[in-house]
Amino acid sequence: MKCEDVSKELIPYLDRRANSADRHEVEEHLAACSACHARAEELRRLWSVLDEVPIVEPSLGFDARMRARIAEEPQPRWFRWFVPQPRLALSIALLLAVSVWMSRLPQDNSGLAGSAQSEHEQFQVIKNLDVLENYDVLSKFDALDEVPAEQPAQPDKQNDQQQQDDGG
Amino acid sequence: MTRSDVQLMLDVKAGDDSSFNLLLQKYRTPLVNFLYRMVRDTATAEDLAQEVFLRVYRARKQYSPSAKFTTWLFRIATNLALNSVRDNRHRQMEVSLDATPVDEDVAPLQLPTREMRIDEHMVERDRADFIRGVISALPEKQRVAVLLHKYEEMDYGEIARILDCSESALKSLLFRAYETLRVQLAPLVSPPARHAGKEAHHEM
Ligand SMILES: [Zn+2]
Repeated sequence: MKCEDVSKELIPYLDRRANSADRHEVEEHLAACSACHARAEELRRLWSVLDEVPIVEPSLGFDARMRARIAEEPQPRWFRWFVPQPRLALSIALLLAVSVWMSRLPQDNSGLAGSAQSEHEQFQVIKNLDVLENYDVLSKFDALDEVPAEQPAQPDKQNDQQQQDDGG
Repeated sequence: MTRSDVQLMLDVKAGDDSSFNLLLQKYRTPLVNFLYRMVRDTATAEDLAQEVFLRVYRARKQYSPSAKFTTWLFRIATNLALNSVRDNRHRQMEVSLDATPVDEDVAPLQLPTREMRIDEHMVERDRADFIRGVISALPEKQRVAVLLHKYEEMDYGEIARILDCSESALKSLLFRAYETLRVQLAPLVSPPARHAGKEAHHEM
């Protein structure tokens, strides 16, 4: 083994992860080469020096902050997709049941049409609730907060006025 | 019975958040230390560590145990840390016009310049600061390699996967890194008398 070859195997030798063949070759070279031997000794001392860097502990609030951030995470997608659907399915089933029932009733029963109407309204309300539960839709409302409070309409009107004035 | 990291992560995937808490307890200190040695600012290191855990949590449904959990964890941490270091460097460059751009594996950052005695009589905290400064002056890839090898005690295969290089390339990288550290830390490394006692447990 030459000095350049040793240099690549020196670290695995020193941290004792080299295989026995490589280890043996490095040992042979170090016994014969004083330069590499001295370098190996310095690297060992270097590792002791590197051990002087103390371990820092995360601050006391770290875990609480982490748990709070995890709690803020939206529910997994499948949860959002499947949970509202039973209610949707139920309201569709109700609507179907009511319409089948209605079709079997005498034509002149106008009172029950009103109840079908209310079922339909209920269906709409449930559909709207689903929209409210949709995290993505809700999160997009955040964008509205960024709309500046000042209305840019006033300067535009003035510009329009000016353009009209210029034109006229 | 202790569950493996992979099993814990599979439990998290199945919806068990308490397993995530166990992973958090196990890895928050190593992760914060790794990130602190990368970015050298405790607040930034903690923010980044939170971000790493959050990304792990968000990816739980897609988790498949194809690699060791730590490989995945430290790969995310390495990417976030390097981005943070680069962002910070860009911000600093915008301020100082005479700063020169620093590329991967090229010129190291400035070494610690503040005046202090760099020898075996330095007080412990100054020595630690000096050592941290010299490590953080290494080129990015070398720095990550040293931190994972020396402080996280990872094996070569895992570090190579995190750094996306071959084991052979990693060995060269580590050798160059330790050679640089040996030279830069010579004032602390050279006096053999001080460390003679510590060497006793090493075999020759
Ligand atoms: Zn030699």
